[in-house]
Amino acid sequence: MGELRLMKGNEVIAEAAIRCGCDGYFGYPITPQSEVMETLMDREPWNETGMVVLQAESEIASIHMVYGAAASGKKVLTSSSSPGISLMAEGISYLAGSELPCLIVNVQRGGPGLGTIQPSQADYFQSTKGGGHGDYRLIVLAPSSVQEMNDFVELGFKLAFKYRNPAMILSDGAIGQMMEKVVLADFIPRLTAEEIDQKYGSWATNGRKPNRKPNIITSLEMDSARMEANNIRFQEKYAKMEAEEVLFEEIQCEDAEYILVAFGSSSRICQKSVDIAREKGIKLGLLRPITLFPFPKKPIAALAKRVKGFLVVEMNAGQMIEDVQLAVRCDVPVVHFGRMGGIIPSPSEVVEALEQKLIGG
Amino acid sequence: MELADIINPKNLVYEKPKLITSTTMHYCPGCSHGVVHNLVAEVIEDLGIQEKTIGVSPVGCAVFAYNYIDIDWQEAAHGRAPAVATGIARTNPDKVVFTYQGDGDLASIGAAEILHACNRGEDMVVIFVNNGIYGMTGGQMAPTTLLGQITATTPNGRDAGRNGYPLKITELIAQLPGTSYVTRQSVQTPGAIRKCKKAIAKAFQAAMDKKGTSFVEVVSTCNMNWKMTPVKANEWMVENMFPFYPPGDLKDGSKNDPLSYTPLKN
Ligand SMILES: Cc1ncc(C[n+]2csc(CCOP(=O)(O)OP(=O)(O)O)c2C)c(N)n1
Ligand code: SF4
Ligand SMILES: [Mg+2]
Repeated sequence: MGELRLMKGNEVIAEAAIRCGCDGYFGYPITPQSEVMETLMDREPWNETGMVVLQAESEIASIHMVYGAAASGKKVLTSSSSPGISLMAEGISYLAGSELPCLIVNVQRGGPGLGTIQPSQADYFQSTKGGGHGDYRLIVLAPSSVQEMNDFVELGFKLAFKYRNPAMILSDGAIGQMMEKVVLADFIPRLTAEEIDQKYGSWATNGRKPNRKPNIITSLEMDSARMEANNIRFQEKYAKMEAEEVLFEEIQCEDAEYILVAFGSSSRICQKSVDIAREKGIKLGLLRPITLFPFPKKPIAALAKRVKGFLVVEMNAGQMIEDVQLAVRCDVPVVHFGRMGGIIPSPSEVVEALEQKLIGG
Repeated sequence: MELADIINPKNLVYEKPKLITSTTMHYCPGCSHGVVHNLVAEVIEDLGIQEKTIGVSPVGCAVFAYNYIDIDWQEAAHGRAPAVATGIARTNPDKVVFTYQGDGDLASIGAAEILHACNRGEDMVVIFVNNGIYGMTGGQMAPTTLLGQITATTPNGRDAGRNGYPLKITELIAQLPGTSYVTRQSVQTPGAIRKCKKAIAKAFQAAMDKKGTSFVEVVSTCNMNWKMTPVKANEWMVENMFPFYPPGDLKDGSKNDPLSYTPLKN
């Protein structure tokens, strides 16, 4: 088993990146995620594994640095928080349009605008529905513990390279700042130039070889028929993710009459709400989507056949609820409970909302 | 002498550069971009670095540069080529990286990215084609458009009060300690073309020698959007652009005072 440590969520992202054989990190400071780059700079992985760490002049530059490195077959990541992710929207769209693998970590804070540095889940739409221009999807992983911050770094990269598509860890200030025990992954060496050529030589710009055509990374296609073919190919890729990569967790759903649906920090709160409700005799369960895209539509649809209703708990005004409603297809009521502005709901508040909005309503 | 005696392979002095592909270029006849492409291709061939050069093309008329020079390429978002090139150069120190950018791309939307890449002294080459206008989008004002110059968005001429002043970005770049070789060239005559090629070769050599960023501005024409014949456009460029953007080296080697950059002791 790997090394056991007590660490902050943000620090773990840095440690996991070094350990999984990452080639580079590019980022710009913003609360509540600055510890990611601070930890990296302190660890000096360039001495240990050769990993590059660079403080860019902006989030715009960071994401385009990620583009350049990713397009040459390198395993690279960036991290930021909500306002910074908005600036990255351009680059993320280009990465998706050029089919490049990379990892983006969003440690969310409240918005809109400069908002607050306190935790929030208000970037659900931005992360799962696109965020930048054009028809594209990110693979979105929602950790609910420091351990998952660790585990989803390697998982995110694995999926990103499998699909040649950017992956995102959608975390928030609570998980980024929280300290928990974590089992760290073992070290994986960085790929050598030869290994990169073997694995990704068919597309990566790692230098024109005499035995192949030049590799060109672009999202531009002026011929409409060919552009549509590209779009169709992307959509097929996203459909394959929906068929094969859905991850979720069900807690006490077997006998449940009511279901909470929550991801990330909210799902941690909701675990406690389930216990409180059960003490009161309410048969409550929790479904926690782990992949927000692809979204666990099928397990929710299956539950909708046998429960009395769903309460979607989010730290926003109601975003994931739209996906839950689509999955439930009006079979039973789906209502929302949310707190905003950086406020984390309390477990009993959730149970009260359940009683008022769903059971009593 | 018959015409066939003159136009004959044995009389060839210049030929199509080996690394220029057979794809028909989309540039307007008379445009400077094609000439600059040829020079870049010749330099890459002369230095024998086809297998380790990675080009970054801009958003602008040169967006399709990747179809014309037979090397690996990445197409960057508008203005972001220096950030993209930074990502490549940092994670691939054995490669030779260059960006190819227009004046709107480099000096307007991408002003932050070019200044910071040059200030960090990324080991890369920047080819900056300054035609004083947004060629690709139909001839709107660029940051480099001269005062009084007529464009689609300055139909009565660029006015300093309304539009600000033409930006001498190359002069700014030359101030930065990260740059080693900063030069301004042009390609309107065979002599100028030969000089420009030498400058591009020197810039690539400097990047290969890890001397920081080398920056080659090429004062250019956009005869299409200037609404002139190619010959007239060259004359207009010499008469109007050269006084404001004078050709020549701005910086050769490290001229910055090292004393002003002494780190604090910890
Ligand atoms: C974000 C964004 N804004 C605007 C454009 C539209 N656009 C394409 S090229 C261009 C200007 C290009 O001018 P320049 O860089 O001078 O290149 P030239 O065509 O003159 O060589 C603009 C504004 C774009 N593609 N992307
Ligand atoms: S529009 Fe101008 S810059 Fe573009 S190809 Fe034509 S002449 Fe060249
Ligand atoms: Mg221009």
